[in-house]
Amino acid sequence: MSQLELLGRYGPRMLEGLLVTIELVAISVALGALISLPMALARLSSNPVLRALSLGYTFFFRGTPLLAQVFLVYYGSGEFRTFLESIGLWWFFRDAFYCCLLTFTLNTGAYQTEILRGAIRQVAAGQTEAAYSLGLSRWQTMLKIVLPQAVLLGLRPLGNEVILMIKGSAVAAIVTVFDLMGATRLAFARSFDITVYFYAAILYFILVETLRRVWNRVERRLSRHIRRSTA
Amino acid sequence: MGDLLGLLSFGPDGWGDEIAAGTWLTIRLAAATLPFGLALGFVVGLARNANAPWLSVPGNLFATVFRALPELLTLFIVYYGGQYLVQWLVSFFTDTYVEINAFVAGLVALGLVFAAFASEVFLGAFRSIGRGQYEAAAAVGLTPFQAMRLVIVPQLIRYALPGLANLWLVLLKETSLVSIIALNDLLRQTSVAVGATKEPFFFYLVACLIYLAMSIISTFGLVAIERWSERGMKR
Repeated sequence: MSQLELLGRYGPRMLEGLLVTIELVAISVALGALISLPMALARLSSNPVLRALSLGYTFFFRGTPLLAQVFLVYYGSGEFRTFLESIGLWWFFRDAFYCCLLTFTLNTGAYQTEILRGAIRQVAAGQTEAAYSLGLSRWQTMLKIVLPQAVLLGLRPLGNEVILMIKGSAVAAIVTVFDLMGATRLAFARSFDITVYFYAAILYFILVETLRRVWNRVERRLSRHIRRSTA
Repeated sequence: MGDLLGLLSFGPDGWGDEIAAGTWLTIRLAAATLPFGLALGFVVGLARNANAPWLSVPGNLFATVFRALPELLTLFIVYYGGQYLVQWLVSFFTDTYVEINAFVAGLVALGLVFAAFASEVFLGAFRSIGRGQYEAAAAVGLTPFQAMRLVIVPQLIRYALPGLANLWLVLLKETSLVSIIALNDLLRQTSVAVGATKEPFFFYLVACLIYLAMSIISTFGLVAIERWSERGMKR
Protein backbone atom coordinates (compact mmCIF):
# COMPACT_ATOMS: atom_id res chain seq x y z
CA MET A 1 0.00 0.00 0.00
CA SER A 2 1.33 3.41 -0.88
CA GLN A 3 1.73 6.05 1.81
CA LEU A 4 -1.06 8.10 0.22
CA GLU A 5 -3.46 5.19 0.34
CA LEU A 6 -2.42 4.49 3.92
CA LEU A 7 -3.10 8.09 4.93
CA GLY A 8 -6.34 8.15 2.96
CA ARG A 9 -7.61 5.07 4.70
CA TYR A 10 -6.48 5.72 8.28
CA GLY A 11 -5.70 9.47 8.33
CA PRO A 12 -9.27 10.63 9.03
CA ARG A 13 -9.60 8.16 11.91
CA MET A 14 -6.33 9.31 13.40
CA LEU A 15 -7.46 12.94 13.20
CA GLU A 16 -10.69 11.97 14.92
CA GLY A 17 -8.53 10.22 17.51
CA LEU A 18 -6.55 13.43 17.95
CA LEU A 19 -9.80 15.22 18.79
CA VAL A 20 -10.64 12.52 21.35
CA THR A 21 -7.20 12.98 22.91
CA ILE A 22 -7.70 16.75 23.11
CA GLU A 23 -11.18 16.26 24.56
CA LEU A 24 -9.93 13.82 27.21
CA VAL A 25 -7.08 16.09 28.28
CA ALA A 26 -9.03 19.36 28.19
CA ILE A 27 -11.92 18.04 30.28
CA SER A 28 -9.78 16.21 32.82
CA VAL A 29 -7.34 19.12 33.27
CA ALA A 30 -10.27 21.52 33.79
CA LEU A 31 -12.01 19.21 36.29
CA GLY A 32 -8.67 18.48 37.94
CA ALA A 33 -8.23 22.21 38.50
CA LEU A 34 -11.58 22.26 40.32
CA ILE A 35 -10.37 19.45 42.59
CA SER A 36 -6.98 21.02 43.20
CA LEU A 37 -8.26 24.20 44.85
CA PRO A 38 -10.09 22.62 47.83
CA MET A 39 -7.38 19.94 48.08
CA ALA A 40 -4.56 22.49 48.19
CA LEU A 41 -6.42 24.53 50.80
CA ALA A 42 -7.06 21.35 52.81
CA ARG A 43 -3.38 20.56 52.66
CA LEU A 44 -2.48 23.98 54.03
CA SER A 45 -5.22 24.05 56.66
CA SER A 46 -4.61 23.61 60.36
CA ASN A 47 -7.09 20.74 60.59
CA PRO A 48 -5.10 17.47 60.75
CA VAL A 49 -7.94 15.38 59.27
CA LEU A 50 -8.20 17.59 56.19
CA ARG A 51 -4.42 17.64 55.83
CA ALA A 52 -4.17 13.85 56.03
CA LEU A 53 -7.00 13.43 53.52
CA SER A 54 -5.33 15.71 50.98
CA LEU A 55 -1.91 14.17 51.58
CA GLY A 56 -3.26 10.63 51.12
CA TYR A 57 -5.01 11.61 47.90
CA THR A 58 -1.98 13.24 46.27
CA PHE A 59 0.35 10.55 47.58
CA PHE A 60 -1.64 7.71 46.05
CA PHE A 61 -2.23 9.28 42.64
CA ARG A 62 1.30 10.63 42.26
CA GLY A 63 2.98 7.49 43.50
CA THR A 64 1.31 4.91 41.26
CA PRO A 65 1.42 4.47 37.46
CA LEU A 66 -1.42 6.05 35.51
CA LEU A 67 -1.93 2.77 33.65
CA ALA A 68 -2.46 0.88 36.92
CA GLN A 69 -4.95 3.54 38.01
CA VAL A 70 -6.86 3.17 34.74
CA PHE A 71 -6.98 -0.62 35.21
CA LEU A 72 -8.11 -0.19 38.81
CA VAL A 73 -11.05 2.02 37.80
CA TYR A 74 -12.02 0.34 34.52
CA TYR A 75 -11.67 -3.33 35.46
CA GLY A 76 -12.12 -2.81 39.19
CA SER A 77 -15.50 -1.16 38.78
CA GLY A 78 -16.81 -4.31 37.05
CA GLU A 79 -16.58 -6.05 40.39
CA PHE A 80 -19.09 -3.61 41.87
CA ARG A 81 -21.48 -3.86 38.96
CA THR A 82 -24.61 -4.73 40.93
CA PHE A 83 -23.95 -1.93 43.37
CA LEU A 84 -23.23 0.57 40.61
CA GLU A 85 -26.36 -0.52 38.76
CA SER A 86 -28.44 -0.05 41.91
CA ILE A 87 -27.31 3.54 42.30
CA GLY A 88 -27.69 4.18 38.57
CA LEU A 89 -24.01 4.80 37.78
CA TRP A 90 -23.19 1.69 35.77
CA TRP A 91 -23.56 3.47 32.43
CA PHE A 92 -20.66 5.67 33.49
CA PHE A 93 -18.26 2.93 34.57
CA ARG A 94 -19.20 0.64 31.68
CA ASP A 95 -17.77 3.16 29.25
CA ALA A 96 -13.98 3.11 28.88
CA PHE A 97 -13.95 6.77 27.84
CA TYR A 98 -15.68 7.89 31.06
CA CYS A 99 -13.43 5.64 33.14
CA CYS A 100 -10.37 7.25 31.59
CA LEU A 101 -11.87 10.68 32.09
CA LEU A 102 -12.43 9.94 35.79
CA THR A 103 -8.95 8.46 36.29
CA PHE A 104 -7.19 11.25 34.41
CA THR A 105 -9.16 13.86 36.37
CA LEU A 106 -8.18 12.36 39.71
CA ASN A 107 -4.59 11.93 38.53
CA THR A 108 -4.07 15.44 37.21
CA GLY A 109 -6.03 16.80 40.18
CA ALA A 110 -3.38 15.33 42.47
CA TYR A 111 -0.51 16.87 40.49
CA GLN A 112 -2.31 20.21 40.25
CA THR A 113 -2.89 20.15 44.01
CA GLU A 114 0.87 19.95 44.51
CA ILE A 115 1.46 22.75 41.99
CA LEU A 116 -1.09 25.03 43.61
CA ARG A 117 0.12 24.23 47.11
CA GLY A 118 3.69 25.06 46.12
CA ALA A 119 2.56 28.28 44.44
CA ILE A 120 0.53 29.40 47.45
CA ARG A 121 3.51 28.86 49.70
CA GLN A 122 5.71 30.82 47.30
CA VAL A 123 3.60 33.94 47.70
CA ALA A 124 5.58 36.06 50.16
CA ALA A 125 4.36 35.95 53.76
CA GLY A 126 4.44 39.75 53.81
CA GLN A 127 1.47 39.76 51.44
CA THR A 128 -0.66 37.87 53.94
CA GLU A 129 0.54 39.96 56.85
CA ALA A 130 -0.16 43.19 54.99
CA ALA A 131 -3.67 41.97 54.14
CA TYR A 132 -4.36 41.05 57.78
CA SER A 133 -3.11 44.41 58.99
CA LEU A 134 -5.53 46.08 56.59
CA GLY A 135 -8.32 44.18 58.32
CA LEU A 136 -9.06 41.59 55.60
CA SER A 137 -10.44 38.29 56.86
CA ARG A 138 -8.61 35.01 56.21
CA TRP A 139 -10.91 34.12 53.33
CA GLN A 140 -10.66 37.55 51.77
CA THR A 141 -6.90 37.38 52.05
CA MET A 142 -6.80 33.97 50.40
CA LEU A 143 -9.24 34.81 47.62
CA LYS A 144 -8.21 38.36 46.82
CA ILE A 145 -4.52 38.53 47.69
CA VAL A 146 -2.83 35.13 47.78
CA LEU A 147 -4.67 33.05 45.15
CA PRO A 148 -4.43 35.52 42.26
CA GLN A 149 -0.67 35.67 42.74
CA ALA A 150 -0.37 31.91 43.32
CA VAL A 151 -2.26 31.06 40.12
CA LEU A 152 0.15 33.21 38.14
CA LEU A 153 3.14 31.49 39.74
CA GLY A 154 1.59 28.11 39.03
CA LEU A 155 0.99 28.78 35.32
CA ARG A 156 4.37 27.53 34.15
CA PRO A 157 4.31 24.18 36.00
CA LEU A 158 0.65 23.82 35.01
CA GLY A 159 1.69 24.03 31.36
CA ASN A 160 4.12 21.17 31.97
CA GLU A 161 1.38 19.19 33.65
CA VAL A 162 -0.94 19.63 30.65
CA ILE A 163 1.83 18.32 28.39
CA LEU A 164 2.41 15.33 30.68
CA MET A 165 -1.33 14.68 30.55
CA ILE A 166 -1.39 14.75 26.73
CA LYS A 167 1.40 12.17 26.69
CA GLY A 168 -0.07 10.14 29.52
CA SER A 169 -3.50 10.05 27.90
CA ALA A 170 -2.11 7.58 25.34
CA VAL A 171 -2.71 4.78 27.86
CA ALA A 172 -6.44 5.23 27.22
CA ALA A 173 -5.82 3.24 24.04
CA ILE A 174 -5.07 0.17 26.14
CA VAL A 175 -8.63 0.07 27.49
CA THR A 176 -10.16 0.39 23.99
CA VAL A 177 -10.62 4.16 23.81
CA PHE A 178 -10.04 5.36 20.26
CA ASP A 179 -7.91 8.36 21.02
CA LEU A 180 -4.98 9.19 18.72
CA MET A 181 -3.01 6.25 20.11
CA GLY A 182 -6.01 3.92 19.88
CA ALA A 183 -6.74 4.85 16.26
CA THR A 184 -3.07 4.37 15.41
CA ARG A 185 -2.97 0.96 17.05
CA LEU A 186 -6.00 -0.07 15.03
CA ALA A 187 -4.39 1.20 11.82
CA PHE A 188 -1.23 -0.76 12.62
CA ALA A 189 -3.15 -3.94 13.43
CA ARG A 190 -4.86 -3.75 10.02
CA SER A 191 -2.04 -2.51 7.80
CA PHE A 192 1.07 -3.86 9.56
CA ASP A 193 2.74 -0.68 8.38
CA ILE A 194 5.06 0.77 10.99
CA THR A 195 4.86 4.26 9.44
CA VAL A 196 1.44 4.87 11.03
CA TYR A 197 3.26 5.18 14.35
CA PHE A 198 5.50 7.83 12.86
CA TYR A 199 2.46 9.78 11.65
CA ALA A 200 1.05 9.56 15.17
CA ALA A 201 4.39 10.77 16.52
CA ILE A 202 4.22 13.80 14.22
CA LEU A 203 0.69 14.62 15.37
CA TYR A 204 1.60 14.31 19.06
CA PHE A 205 4.70 16.39 18.47
CA ILE A 206 2.75 19.18 16.76
CA LEU A 207 0.14 19.15 19.53
CA VAL A 208 2.69 19.33 22.35
CA GLU A 209 4.98 21.88 20.70
CA THR A 210 2.08 24.17 19.76
CA LEU A 211 0.72 24.03 23.28
CA ARG A 212 4.16 24.65 24.79
CA ARG A 213 4.83 27.70 22.63
CA VAL A 214 1.37 29.22 23.04
CA TRP A 215 1.47 28.58 26.80
CA ASN A 216 4.87 30.30 27.09
CA ARG A 217 3.51 33.32 25.24
CA VAL A 218 0.42 33.52 27.43
CA GLU A 219 2.45 33.06 30.60
CA ARG A 220 4.85 35.82 29.58
CA ARG A 221 2.01 38.13 28.68
CA LEU A 222 0.13 37.56 31.95
CA SER A 223 3.18 37.93 34.16
CA ARG A 224 4.72 40.93 32.39
CA HIS A 225 3.98 43.24 35.34
CA ILE A 226 6.16 41.20 37.70
CA ARG A 227 8.99 40.48 35.30
CA ARG A 228 12.14 42.01 36.71
CA SER A 229 14.23 42.17 33.55
CA THR A 230 13.81 41.38 29.91
CA ALA A 231 15.70 38.11 30.29
CA MET B 1 -11.04 -10.73 53.49
CA GLY B 2 -9.21 -13.89 54.54
CA ASP B 3 -9.97 -15.35 51.10
CA LEU B 4 -8.46 -12.35 49.41
CA LEU B 5 -5.28 -12.49 51.45
CA GLY B 6 -5.09 -16.22 50.66
CA LEU B 7 -4.89 -15.25 46.99
CA LEU B 8 -1.64 -13.48 47.76
CA SER B 9 0.01 -16.53 49.33
CA PHE B 10 3.07 -18.04 47.72
CA GLY B 11 2.82 -21.44 46.11
CA PRO B 12 0.50 -23.07 43.58
CA ASP B 13 -2.76 -21.67 45.02
CA GLY B 14 -1.72 -18.09 45.56
CA TRP B 15 -0.45 -15.36 43.30
CA GLY B 16 2.14 -14.04 45.73
CA ASP B 17 5.12 -15.59 43.97
CA GLU B 18 3.96 -14.46 40.51
CA ILE B 19 3.49 -10.90 41.71
CA ALA B 20 6.84 -10.98 43.51
CA ALA B 21 8.50 -12.16 40.27
CA GLY B 22 6.80 -9.31 38.40
CA THR B 23 7.98 -6.80 41.00
CA TRP B 24 11.51 -8.14 40.65
CA LEU B 25 11.36 -7.69 36.87
CA THR B 26 10.08 -4.13 37.29
CA ILE B 27 12.99 -3.35 39.61
CA ARG B 28 15.50 -4.97 37.25
CA LEU B 29 14.15 -3.07 34.26
CA ALA B 30 14.23 0.28 36.07
CA ALA B 31 17.72 -0.43 37.47
CA ALA B 32 19.03 -1.47 34.04
CA THR B 33 17.51 1.57 32.33
CA LEU B 34 19.05 4.02 34.80
CA PRO B 35 22.75 3.79 33.79
CA PHE B 36 21.86 3.80 30.07
CA GLY B 37 19.55 6.79 30.47
CA LEU B 38 22.01 8.66 32.69
CA ALA B 39 24.96 8.14 30.34
CA LEU B 40 22.98 9.10 27.24
CA GLY B 41 21.38 12.02 29.06
CA PHE B 42 24.80 13.29 30.13
CA VAL B 43 26.16 13.09 26.59
CA VAL B 44 23.09 14.84 25.18
CA GLY B 45 23.31 17.49 27.90
CA LEU B 46 26.96 18.02 27.04
CA ALA B 47 26.08 18.34 23.35
CA ARG B 48 23.31 20.82 24.06
CA ASN B 49 25.68 22.86 26.22
CA ALA B 50 28.28 23.04 23.43
CA ASN B 51 28.82 26.15 21.35
CA ALA B 52 29.20 24.23 18.11
CA PRO B 53 25.83 24.02 16.32
CA TRP B 54 26.58 20.58 14.87
CA LEU B 55 26.46 19.36 18.48
CA SER B 56 23.79 21.52 20.05
CA VAL B 57 21.22 21.30 17.25
CA PRO B 58 20.93 17.49 17.19
CA GLY B 59 21.06 17.48 21.00
CA ASN B 60 18.17 19.90 21.23
CA LEU B 61 16.22 18.02 18.59
CA PHE B 62 16.64 14.74 20.46
CA ALA B 63 15.49 16.29 23.74
CA THR B 64 12.53 18.09 22.18
CA VAL B 65 11.27 15.03 20.33
CA PHE B 66 11.55 12.50 23.14
CA ARG B 67 10.09 14.88 25.68
CA ALA B 68 7.09 15.53 23.44
CA LEU B 69 6.16 11.97 22.41
CA PRO B 70 4.02 9.80 24.67
CA GLU B 71 6.22 7.18 26.35
CA LEU B 72 3.84 4.51 25.10
CA LEU B 73 4.33 5.62 21.48
CA THR B 74 8.12 5.68 21.89
CA LEU B 75 7.91 2.16 23.28
CA PHE B 76 5.84 0.93 20.31
CA ILE B 77 8.15 2.59 17.81
CA VAL B 78 11.22 1.04 19.43
CA TYR B 79 9.56 -2.36 19.81
CA TYR B 80 7.93 -2.73 16.39
CA GLY B 81 10.41 -0.52 14.54
CA GLY B 82 13.31 -2.35 16.19
CA GLN B 83 11.79 -5.62 15.06
CA TYR B 84 11.71 -4.43 11.43
CA LEU B 85 15.20 -3.04 11.65
CA VAL B 86 16.76 -6.16 13.17
CA GLN B 87 14.91 -8.42 10.73
CA TRP B 88 16.11 -6.32 7.83
CA LEU B 89 19.72 -6.40 9.03
CA VAL B 90 19.60 -10.13 9.66
CA SER B 91 18.07 -10.81 6.23
CA PHE B 92 21.40 -9.92 4.63
CA PHE B 93 22.97 -12.95 6.23
CA THR B 94 20.35 -15.58 6.90
CA ASP B 95 16.63 -16.27 6.57
CA THR B 96 16.00 -17.08 10.22
CA TYR B 97 13.31 -15.22 12.09
CA VAL B 98 14.61 -13.23 15.02
CA GLU B 99 12.42 -11.79 17.71
CA ILE B 100 13.46 -8.64 19.47
CA ASN B 101 13.70 -8.98 23.21
CA ALA B 102 10.87 -7.07 24.95
CA PHE B 103 13.13 -6.32 27.91
CA VAL B 104 15.71 -4.68 25.66
CA ALA B 105 13.02 -2.76 23.76
CA GLY B 106 11.61 -1.50 27.06
CA LEU B 107 15.08 -0.57 28.29
CA VAL B 108 15.90 1.37 25.11
CA ALA B 109 12.54 3.18 24.93
CA LEU B 110 12.44 4.14 28.61
CA GLY B 111 16.14 5.03 28.42
CA LEU B 112 15.61 7.40 25.47
CA VAL B 113 12.83 9.22 27.32
CA PHE B 114 14.86 9.29 30.54
CA ALA B 115 17.87 10.65 28.65
CA ALA B 116 15.82 13.44 27.05
CA PHE B 117 14.59 14.66 30.43
CA ALA B 118 17.96 14.05 32.12
CA SER B 119 19.73 16.14 29.47
CA GLU B 120 17.49 19.02 30.55
CA VAL B 121 18.57 18.52 34.16
CA PHE B 122 22.26 18.29 33.21
CA LEU B 123 21.95 21.38 31.01
CA GLY B 124 20.58 23.34 33.93
CA ALA B 125 23.38 22.01 36.15
CA PHE B 126 26.05 22.96 33.60
CA ARG B 127 24.66 26.47 33.49
CA SER B 128 24.73 26.85 37.25
CA ILE B 129 28.47 26.20 37.32
CA GLY B 130 30.28 29.48 36.81
CA ARG B 131 32.66 30.14 33.91
CA GLY B 132 35.34 30.87 36.49
CA GLN B 133 35.50 27.17 37.32
CA TYR B 134 36.48 26.29 33.74
CA GLU B 135 38.93 29.17 33.56
CA ALA B 136 40.54 28.28 36.89
CA ALA B 137 40.87 24.64 35.81
CA ALA B 138 42.54 25.72 32.56
CA ALA B 139 44.78 28.11 34.48
CA VAL B 140 46.20 25.37 36.68
CA GLY B 141 46.97 23.38 33.55
CA LEU B 142 44.18 20.80 33.45
CA THR B 143 43.18 19.52 30.03
CA PRO B 144 39.48 20.03 29.15
CA PHE B 145 38.83 16.35 29.88
CA GLN B 146 40.55 16.53 33.26
CA ALA B 147 38.68 19.72 34.08
CA MET B 148 35.40 17.96 33.30
CA ARG B 149 36.26 14.88 35.35
CA LEU B 150 37.91 16.52 38.36
CA VAL B 151 36.25 19.91 38.63
CA ILE B 152 32.93 20.11 36.81
CA VAL B 153 31.32 16.68 37.26
CA PRO B 154 31.74 16.48 41.07
CA GLN B 155 29.87 19.79 41.37
CA LEU B 156 27.44 18.87 38.64
CA ILE B 157 26.21 15.86 40.57
CA ARG B 158 25.07 18.04 43.44
CA TYR B 159 23.11 20.40 41.19
CA ALA B 160 21.60 17.61 39.13
CA LEU B 161 20.61 15.20 41.89
CA PRO B 162 17.19 16.60 42.86
CA GLY B 163 16.09 16.61 39.22
CA LEU B 164 17.48 13.14 38.55
CA ALA B 165 15.82 11.82 41.71
CA ASN B 166 12.47 12.96 40.34
CA LEU B 167 13.19 11.27 37.02
CA TRP B 168 13.94 8.00 38.81
CA LEU B 169 10.54 8.08 40.50
CA VAL B 170 8.91 8.79 37.12
CA LEU B 171 10.88 5.95 35.52
CA LEU B 172 9.76 3.51 38.20
CA LYS B 173 6.13 4.20 37.33
CA GLU B 174 6.69 4.22 33.57
CA THR B 175 8.08 0.70 33.59
CA SER B 176 4.41 -0.33 33.89
CA LEU B 177 4.02 0.43 30.16
CA VAL B 178 6.13 -2.58 29.20
CA SER B 179 3.29 -4.80 30.42
CA ILE B 180 1.64 -3.93 27.09
CA ILE B 181 4.43 -5.48 25.05
CA ALA B 182 3.99 -8.72 26.97
CA LEU B 183 6.87 -8.34 29.38
CA ASN B 184 6.01 -9.99 32.69
CA ASP B 185 6.45 -6.99 34.93
CA LEU B 186 4.45 -6.24 38.08
CA LEU B 187 1.42 -4.87 36.25
CA ARG B 188 1.28 -7.69 33.71
CA GLN B 189 1.56 -10.38 36.36
CA THR B 190 -1.23 -8.63 38.21
CA SER B 191 -3.37 -8.72 35.07
CA VAL B 192 -2.69 -12.44 34.72
CA ALA B 193 -3.82 -12.93 38.31
CA VAL B 194 -6.94 -10.87 37.61
CA GLY B 195 -7.73 -12.98 34.57
CA ALA B 196 -7.62 -16.15 36.64
CA THR B 197 -9.30 -14.99 39.85
CA LYS B 198 -11.77 -12.31 38.63
CA GLU B 199 -10.74 -10.05 41.48
CA PRO B 200 -9.60 -6.97 39.54
CA PHE B 201 -10.11 -4.35 42.22
CA PHE B 202 -8.19 -6.21 44.89
CA PHE B 203 -5.24 -7.17 42.69
CA TYR B 204 -4.81 -3.80 40.98
CA LEU B 205 -4.98 -2.15 44.39
CA VAL B 206 -2.23 -4.49 45.61
CA ALA B 207 -0.15 -3.59 42.54
CA CYS B 208 -0.66 0.13 43.24
CA LEU B 209 0.45 -0.36 46.84
CA ILE B 210 3.59 -2.18 45.70
CA TYR B 211 4.42 0.72 43.36
CA LEU B 212 3.84 3.10 46.27
CA ALA B 213 6.14 1.04 48.49
CA MET B 214 8.87 1.11 45.83
CA SER B 215 8.52 4.90 45.57
CA ILE B 216 8.77 5.30 49.35
CA ILE B 217 11.86 3.11 49.62
CA SER B 218 13.45 4.98 46.70
CA THR B 219 12.74 8.29 48.37
CA PHE B 220 14.66 7.20 51.47
CA GLY B 221 17.58 6.11 49.33
CA LEU B 222 17.53 9.34 47.33
CA VAL B 223 17.54 11.46 50.47
CA ALA B 224 20.60 9.55 51.67
CA ILE B 225 22.39 10.06 48.34
CA GLU B 226 21.55 13.75 48.35
CA ARG B 227 22.98 14.10 51.84
CA TRP B 228 26.13 12.30 50.68
CA SER B 229 26.50 14.64 47.70
CA GLU B 230 26.37 17.65 50.01
CA ARG B 231 28.93 16.28 52.45
CA GLY B 232 31.51 18.86 51.43
CA MET B 233 29.16 21.81 51.61
CA LYS B 234 28.72 24.23 54.46
CA ARG B 235 25.40 23.83 56.19
